[in-house]
Amino acid sequence: HVGSKLDDGVGYDLSASTFSPDGRVFQVEYAMKAVENSSTAIGIRCKDGVVFGVEKLILSKLYEQGSNKRIFNVDRHVGMAVAGLLADARSLSEVAREEASNFRSNYGHNIPLKYLSERVAMYVHAYTLYSAVRPFGCSFILGSYDQDDGPQLYMVDPSGISFGYWGCAIGKAKQAAKTEIEKLQMKDMTCRELVKEVAKIIYIVHDEVKDKAFELELSWVGEVTNGKHELVPKDIRVEAEKYAKVCTTTTSLLHGISVTWVQNNSTFKVFFPHFMVTN
Amino acid sequence: MAAYMSAGRSANAFSTHDFVPEWAQEEVSTGTTIMAVEFDGGVVIGADSRTTTGAYIANRVTDKLTPIHDHIFCCRSGSAADTQAVADAVTYQLGFHSIELDEPPLVQTAANLFQQMCYRYREELMAGIIVAGWDKRRGGQVYTVPMGGMIVRQPVSVGGSGSSYIYGFMDSNYKPGMTKEECLHFCTQALALAMERDGSSGGVARLAAITEEGLERRVVLGHQLPKFSNT
Repeated sequence: HVGSKLDDGVGYDLSASTFSPDGRVFQVEYAMKAVENSSTAIGIRCKDGVVFGVEKLILSKLYEQGSNKRIFNVDRHVGMAVAGLLADARSLSEVAREEASNFRSNYGHNIPLKYLSERVAMYVHAYTLYSAVRPFGCSFILGSYDQDDGPQLYMVDPSGISFGYWGCAIGKAKQAAKTEIEKLQMKDMTCRELVKEVAKIIYIVHDEVKDKAFELELSWVGEVTNGKHELVPKDIRVEAEKYAKVCTTTTSLLHGISVTWVQNNSTFKVFFPHFMVTN
Repeated sequence: MAAYMSAGRSANAFSTHDFVPEWAQEEVSTGTTIMAVEFDGGVVIGADSRTTTGAYIANRVTDKLTPIHDHIFCCRSGSAADTQAVADAVTYQLGFHSIELDEPPLVQTAANLFQQMCYRYREELMAGIIVAGWDKRRGGQVYTVPMGGMIVRQPVSVGGSGSSYIYGFMDSNYKPGMTKEECLHFCTQALALAMERDGSSGGVARLAAITEEGLERRVVLGHQLPKFSNT
């Protein structure tokens, strides 16, 4: 690994308390690699709410449907979608819950999302300062809806920075997902319209060849849910998935070969080891 | 003996000692009249100016309207020391919180901070506080935090020993939808009535109007207070 080793073989990448000669903290970068190994999660903010979509890869047929959740409730009005090491993400969701709860207990109202994400980001950042601990190997997207601030979306990564977004993606297909998100006019959309688009993006970026089966976890918070963060109801999710499947036509023949194309764009991917599939 | 602006007190800590004379062991029922009124666009707050230790008026020009933040005030009744200490603590906490949030604090937040402290230390404190101010989210708001540490938002609230005498006036004269000037007049009259009847309230009437633009303070001196015929 370029730059991570001294002449005498002792690396700059062994602890988070060491900078490399070109000013990088390798442990934090390695933590971000862990996030990139995980399946994709996206969050998009629209005019009256926030929608999360997570591509949950099914590693075993024995998994109970709906288990291994990647989307958490942090407070009534705040949701959190994660990517990366799930155990790290779960412990951070507890940290976020405590922050939100303490805020409400001290100040008597809903925690503003900007403040919550800064507090949790500060916590994540603390683990990038010492050699005795490792950084958190997960990124997460926080979303909330509140009468006064409206919909808010923030993302925190392992380095401990947090930014506000209209749309963001984390995980293995984040680049492809970001490209899709950029095409949307989310500021003019409602949650109901956005749910379908989020489902579509997850279906588009899912790599059928490498990753086989997946379960789509969808959640939202907004005017449509009266400010409560919850999983999208089954009927709406089913409708969204149907829309997603229609848009990304998958002709899965005997060996799961798929043809997908990206709308409004002339690029398309075709896999045809044995069959030529046209549409 | 401590200075009080309170509305009655239970057993004195020194009551069992013999070297303090009887009159100094008397139950301290000293006073204050404080009040606050919401209107569209802000609040009007008012208080009398008398602080007593027993029968002696320690300060006849007290300012019981204390700023907590740019657009948030509190009216203090009860032990002068207790209310000053609590107000100082809340001022610090609220200032810190406001900087963290990078926006002006909510009146509700200030009121909750008072409530937290007044409830937690309810056995030690004697403090009846009215928190009033303006914020961008909900405009003018009045929250009363009486002794014991409960909190409730009210369009108009009175407190202190003098308040007993003006509940009737308040109930019959308050109308929702008053203007700032009408609120100021309403408060002046109410304070004058209370100060006339309550021996523990008196001096001058201090008033303040808090709106988005800021703060406007007024003092109504003794001879300028409205007079009511009762002969």
